[in-house]
Amino acid sequence: MELLIAFVIAILFGIGTYLLLSRSLLRVVLGTAILSHATHLTILTMGRLKRGEAPIYVKDALLSYSDPLPQALILTAIVINFGVTAFLLVLAYRTYQELGTADLSELRGVSDE
Amino acid sequence: MNNLVVIPILIPLVTALLLLFFRKNIFWQRVVSIISALLALGVSILLAITVAQDGIQVSQIGNWPAPYGITMVADLFSAIMVMLSAVMAIAIIAYSFNYIDRKREEYFYYPLLQLVLMGINGSFLTGDIFNLFVFFEILLIGSYMLLSLGGEKYQLQEAVKYMIINILASSLFLVAIALLYGVTGTLNMADLAVKIAALEDTRVITVISMLFFAVFAIKAALFPLYFWLPGSYHAPPTPITTLFAALLTKVGVYALVRTFTLIFVQDVSFTHTVILVIAGFTMSLGVLGAVAQMDFKRILAYHSISQVGYMVMGLGLYTVTGLVGTIFFIVHHSLIKSSLFLISGITEKITGTTDLRKLGGLLTAFPLVGWLFFIASFALAGTPPLSGFFSKFLLIKAGLDIGQHAIVAVSILVGTLTLFSMVKIFYYAFWGKEPHKYIPKDGTKWVRLTPAVIYLITLSALIGVNFEWFYSYALMASEQLMNPEIYIEAVLGRGGH
Repeated sequence: MELLIAFVIAILFGIGTYLLLSRSLLRVVLGTAILSHATHLTILTMGRLKRGEAPIYVKDALLSYSDPLPQALILTAIVINFGVTAFLLVLAYRTYQELGTADLSELRGVSDE
Repeated sequence: MNNLVVIPILIPLVTALLLLFFRKNIFWQRVVSIISALLALGVSILLAITVAQDGIQVSQIGNWPAPYGITMVADLFSAIMVMLSAVMAIAIIAYSFNYIDRKREEYFYYPLLQLVLMGINGSFLTGDIFNLFVFFEILLIGSYMLLSLGGEKYQLQEAVKYMIINILASSLFLVAIALLYGVTGTLNMADLAVKIAALEDTRVITVISMLFFAVFAIKAALFPLYFWLPGSYHAPPTPITTLFAALLTKVGVYALVRTFTLIFVQDVSFTHTVILVIAGFTMSLGVLGAVAQMDFKRILAYHSISQVGYMVMGLGLYTVTGLVGTIFFIVHHSLIKSSLFLISGITEKITGTTDLRKLGGLLTAFPLVGWLFFIASFALAGTPPLSGFFSKFLLIKAGLDIGQHAIVAVSILVGTLTLFSMVKIFYYAFWGKEPHKYIPKDGTKWVRLTPAVIYLITLSALIGVNFEWFYSYALMASEQLMNPEIYIEAVLGRGGH
C-alpha cells in the first residue's frame, strides 16, 4: 500500500513541477496547489497506512491505534495552504489586470527605466 | 511552567488584532504600534536577563509534557534574537511614520508589520519543528501582503515571484518534516535530538538534513538559491525592505543554526563542510553582484546576500568561537544593513531616485546624510571600533583556530570588495557635484527620518565600545548551542524521558 501511494505522490510531484515550470501564471498557481496535495499525502503516508482503532485511550485494552498526529499536521497544512492559494490567486489576477499579461516570461526587468 | 516565553509572541498578536479595529485613525495606529514595540523590547530584555540568570526557560503549552504537547523554549540565542527583533521593530515603525504614504497606512500597514513580527518571534522561540513551519507561514503571509501592499506594477511582479518560490520552499519544508517524522516518530526538537542520537544508521538522517538545509537556504538566501532576493528587496518601500533585510533572512539563519547545532549533528564532517563551502560561495558571489550594480538599493541587497554567507560561515566552522562570530554578525548586520537601507530611503526622499548615475554631491548639500552613510558603510566594511570589526575578527579567528585557511582568505577578500562597493556608492552619490539642485518634495521632512538611523548606528557603536560585555554574553549563548544536552535537559527534564 505504501509503495502504491509513494508512486501516486511521485506522479503528483511530477505534475506539480511541470506546471510550475510553465509560462502561464495560472498554471503555476495550479502547480503550487498540486504540489501541496502531494506534500499532504507524504505526511499521511509517513504516519504509516494501517487499519486501527480511533486513538482514544482505553484503560487496560491493548488496541492497535491509528497515529493521530499526521492528520492534525495535514489539517493545519491544508488550512494554511488554502489561505495562501486564495491570496496567490487574487495576487495573480491583480497582476494580470495591472500589467496586462499573465505570461511569466514578460514579468521581468527592473522598475525604473 | 513559565509564561514569559510566550509574551513576545502575544504582544504583536494582540496589537495587530487591536489595530484592525480603527484602520482609518492613523494617529492611534502609530501610537499603539510604537508603544507595543517598546513593550516588546522591555519584555525581551527581561527574558534575556531571566535566561542568563536562571538558565533556559521552557513553557509547555497547556501543561502537556514535552514530546506530546507544543513546547516554547528560550535559550540565550533565542533571547538575543527576540531582543534584536524588538530593537529593529522600533526603528522601522518610527521611520515609517514619515515615510509610508497615507494610503498604505490606512490599508493595514501597521497590523501587517505586527503580524510579521509575531511570526518572527514565534520562529525564534518555538521548540517544535512543525510549529516552526507554522510560524514561518505566519511571517510569510504577512510578508506577501507587505510586499504587494500598494499595488504598484513592479511590486506585484516581484510579489508573485517571491510568493511562488516561498510556497515551493514551504512544500519542501513539509516534506522534510514528514520524512523526519517517519524516521523518528516525533517533532519536538529536543526529543528529535535524543531519538537521532540513538539511531544506528544515520545516513537517512543526513539526506533529510540536506533537505532542511535547502529549505532554510531559500529563506536565508544562500548560494545558489538567492536569486529571488534582489528583486523583492528593490520593489517595496524602504521600511519594508529594511524589515526583510534585518529580520526575514535572519529567521532562515536562525533556523539553520538551531537545527544544525541541536538536531543534525550526526555527521558533522559532511554536513558542516557543505555549509562552509556554500557560505564561501554565497559571500563571494553576493559581493560580485554588488560590485556590478549601479543602484543604491540593489548594491545593498546584494551585500545582504554576501553577509549571510559570513553568518553561515560561523556555523560551518562549528566551534564555540565560530558561533560567537555568527551571533555577533547577525546582530551587527541587522543594525548596520538596516541603517544603510534607511539612509537609501532618505536619499530617495531627497532626490527622488536611487540610481547612482543620477546622484551626486549629496555630501556638500546634505552633510548629515553623507556622514551617517560614511559611518555606517565603514561599520559594514569592518573598521574598529564599530560592531563590524569584532564580528569579522571573531569569524576569522575561529577559522584560523581550526586551520580552515581557504574560507578565511575568501572572507578577507570579500571584505575588501565590500569596502570597494561602499566607496563606489560614496563616490557616485555623495562626492562630486550635484547634477541639479535637489529640492526635496516634502521640504525638510526628511530630517525626521534621521533619528531611526542615528539610533541604529549608536547601538552598533555601543556594541563596539562595550565589546567585552557583549562578548561574554554571546560566549554563553554559543556554549549553550555547542552543548545541546543543556537544551534537551531543559525541555525533557533530567535524563531524557
